[in-house]
Amino acid sequence: MSAVVVSGVSKVFSTGKSAKVDALQGIDLAIEPGEFVSLIGPSGCGKSTLLRLIANLTEPTTGSITVNGKPSRQARLDQDYGMAFQQAGLFEWRSVAKNIELPLELKGWDRAKRRARAMEMLDLVKLPDFAHHMPWQLSGGMQQRIAIARALAAHPPLLLMDEPFGALDEMTREHMQAELLRICKETDTTVVFVTHSIPEAVYLSTRVVVMSPRPGRITDIIEVPLGGSRDDDTRETGDFFSKITEVREALRGAEYAVGARGIEDR
Amino acid sequence: MFVVSMALVAAAWEAYKKWGPQDGGEVLGWKILPRAKDRVMPHISDIFSRFTDPLNRASDETVLEVVLKGVWFSFRLVLAGFGMGLVAGMLLAIVMTRFRFAERAVLPYLVVSQTVPLIALAPLVASWGGKLELFGWEWPRWMSSAVLGAFLTFFPIAVGTLRGLQSPTAASLELMDSLAAPWRRTLVTLRFPAAVPYIVPALKLGAAGAVIGVVVSEISTGLRGGIGRLVIEFSQKTTGDPAIVYTAVLGAAFLGLVLAGMVAIADAVFMRNRPKEVDA
Repeated sequence: MSAVVVSGVSKVFSTGKSAKVDALQGIDLAIEPGEFVSLIGPSGCGKSTLLRLIANLTEPTTGSITVNGKPSRQARLDQDYGMAFQQAGLFEWRSVAKNIELPLELKGWDRAKRRARAMEMLDLVKLPDFAHHMPWQLSGGMQQRIAIARALAAHPPLLLMDEPFGALDEMTREHMQAELLRICKETDTTVVFVTHSIPEAVYLSTRVVVMSPRPGRITDIIEVPLGGSRDDDTRETGDFFSKITEVREALRGAEYAVGARGIEDR
Repeated sequence: MFVVSMALVAAAWEAYKKWGPQDGGEVLGWKILPRAKDRVMPHISDIFSRFTDPLNRASDETVLEVVLKGVWFSFRLVLAGFGMGLVAGMLLAIVMTRFRFAERAVLPYLVVSQTVPLIALAPLVASWGGKLELFGWEWPRWMSSAVLGAFLTFFPIAVGTLRGLQSPTAASLELMDSLAAPWRRTLVTLRFPAAVPYIVPALKLGAAGAVIGVVVSEISTGLRGGIGRLVIEFSQKTTGDPAIVYTAVLGAAFLGLVLAGMVAIADAVFMRNRPKEVDA
């Protein structure tokens, strides 16, 4: 069973009485369990919209989306995915542990079980001593780790991330990327990851989905066969650089190929 | 610091009494300088010693007892008015958050309501006393004063709470959506806690409004028993007893301080564990 299947999806936003924006057109995408798929493209290409459609935070104009074999709405109601945003978005009035427990509270878990899981998640993101800190006492990178712990607290099979490291400095960012790969491997989580950083997409992904704007569509899908164990040395290999070049050229091609329908279906 | 500033105010009072014009003075032809006579500006010591004297020869109650009784009576009205205003303001804010059209329809009326002078409204609301009956429950006279207190309380509470309930970021709201949280759950778990830094300053304004509403309506409707009534009664005695009106004024100020203190405690309780800088 595929983790995510998007078929024939388009999304039209009506901004005024007659003004309409084709945010997405003819999107077909299947994501298998265990994959790490990045959506990359210039701003306005609809990559965040596609993520929100998968999350069922907005409905498609046409087409259908299934998550875990269920319609995306049912998957959302069942909390089949966790979500992380560019801003960590921790609730400042809740302790770190209480923030991680939020999805479990909504699932109706009892207090002891919630706390045990929160501690487990804090170990996973390597911040075991911060359970009783308040979010504003943490650095940006630490807050983002807590946000990931919160997204994964209920052990969802799918993690949706919208530029989660966009607000971090370069050093923290690379460290967080490595941490994210380790966490996903340990928890066996499938990831859909929106970014506009080419090296980030290449370093993290098994596949990079290249998108182009007006109307938003998929122009290229690039496999990244860098293997399962990637570390800081991976960033200095020739394969890494040649993949970066490939994605960059695909992005450039996407910019010029207005009207072209380079959709690779698989 | 408070003690020092109090001492400075007292010193300024006494200094003006000593060197100020006894029968008032003129500035550029305008008669605006107050008279410094004992009849108008009694010594601070006289004001405070008046507290311990009996109210009049026929009474065995001291002025302090009378003033404190008045403060206690008004305090209960203020609490009732504040409570009603708090509930009404918060409910309005919740409805306006839930339904955008409600915000657009109701908010302008709320703003207009605050431009109606309290003094104009007081006789109308006071006239309900003893005349209005709801399901066999008769509208007591004191209720009118409490309602006028609520009238000044609900507005800052409604506006502050509304801003607070609307303060969560789109990402926070999407997070709750992604967790399939129903609206009511989002209200309790996200919107309301996020609103606390906005509600606390609104409580301060609302408490001050409740005190003003109750005292002014007591004065304008002549409701017996409260500190507002004492201000009128005592001010009619100033010819023979100049210090006594200031005891009632100090009583009213004390009432305000008690309310401010209660809100400060609420502030400390609700805002613990919060970052210290909030753009409220």
